[in-house]
Amino acid sequence: MKKIIKITTPLDTKKIIKLKTGDFINITGNIYGARDAAHKRVFELIKKGQKLPIELKGQIIFYAGPTPAKPGYQCGSVGPTTSYRMDPYTPSLLERGLKGMIGKGFRSKEVIDSMKKNKAVYFAAVGGTAALIARSVKKSEVIAYKDLGAEAVFRFYVEDFPAIVVVDSAGNNLYETEPPKYRK
Amino acid sequence: MREVKSSQITDKIKELFLKANFYINPDLMQRLEKALEEENSPIGKYVLKMIIENNEIASREEVPICQDTGLAVVFVEVGQEVHLVDGDFTEAINQGVREAYQEGYLRKSVVDDPVFERKNTKTNTPAIIYTKIVPGDKIKFLVMPKGFGSENMSAIAMLKPADGEKGIVDFVVETVKKAGPNPCPPTIIGVGIGGTIDKAMVIAKKAIVRKINQPNKNPKYAALEKEILTKINNLGIGPAGLGGNITSLAVHIDYLPTHIAGLPVAVNVCCHAARHAEGAI
Repeated sequence: MKKIIKITTPLDTKKIIKLKTGDFINITGNIYGARDAAHKRVFELIKKGQKLPIELKGQIIFYAGPTPAKPGYQCGSVGPTTSYRMDPYTPSLLERGLKGMIGKGFRSKEVIDSMKKNKAVYFAAVGGTAALIARSVKKSEVIAYKDLGAEAVFRFYVEDFPAIVVVDSAGNNLYETEPPKYRK
Repeated sequence: MREVKSSQITDKIKELFLKANFYINPDLMQRLEKALEEENSPIGKYVLKMIIENNEIASREEVPICQDTGLAVVFVEVGQEVHLVDGDFTEAINQGVREAYQEGYLRKSVVDDPVFERKNTKTNTPAIIYTKIVPGDKIKFLVMPKGFGSENMSAIAMLKPADGEKGIVDFVVETVKKAGPNPCPPTIIGVGIGGTIDKAMVIAKKAIVRKINQPNKNPKYAALEKEILTKINNLGIGPAGLGGNITSLAVHIDYLPTHIAGLPVAVNVCCHAARHAEGAI
């Protein structure tokens, strides 16, 4: 198996350009959980030029809404949701300095173009492995939009969060390059 | 007449939703182990190992397999000799869902108004309930917490009768191809053929939870299942869509008589967990 590359957040361009599509990554540091409803609100704030609930510069957003934590657990089950629903909002967040996204599934051309321009990376976490991923979450807290319940903005402190680079900052896309090798 | 109290229904629904969210079905777990042997891609193998490990953790610790604990779908068969007492049947089911999602620390993923308010109901209700009256004095339940990563990739087509077998194969394979990595492959594909546009999708949904890879009793439909599964796995999408020869674990077809002018084909895509649980009162 391929060697696992360890990275820490926040990210900068120097770290990002080393990450290549197909790399197995373990992420340590703070990452932010946000999905549909939170993206919509953040997008509206950016449009109005208002202050955001999180500073996006150098950060990673994990498209996820966890289950409530059971007593004795730091975090409930938490895995990636499908990313394309965030596509309409993503380029504005990348313009504001967002450097990484963790999700699953295809991204639009607009998102990938913006990632190349702004030097950002798209990681996949394995969908449906939320109980396993939760083990890497050492601390979880809601930091904005509590009224949205599971769709609130979370801050997760993670250690060795398992992810795979799908689209790197040069725009290479594993979803396009890997399946043809197994097509019959 | 046999009396059944609404509280018995609530308790059973609660028990089944907890079970479905924490425990993968043993036949599916075996299928995943076999997929790990059959998969040629190193990334695909890595993904399948993670899925298997995840399912083991979920059952051991009684935590949800997936954070999307789904929209609560319930199929009920009520025996006509049953007399329901002490409350409302639909409310009894919804109460069971409410209790399971609250007490089991499951995520509440239902919004009240789909377009304008999209306000979370905070109880994961209302459930989607299909009721059938059958002979006998039992009530049988099949519960499916249905995640929307895969539900969103589902599709329906009203084909022409002349499109026939080839039309069906092409539509199902194209649906899976378009979905790519989105529905958490390796998927289970439920296909409903015939009936009306609505009924076709209901039988497709129920077909998902058939014992895995148990072929349709009609050999012609069983052959169709096999052909579609081979063509899907030839797409190369693979586990998590990161390439490989295992894109779907199973294709299950169910069919119904239909109108002389029609050939409805419904494809209900399900993730690799295909969560469900069955029970009876």
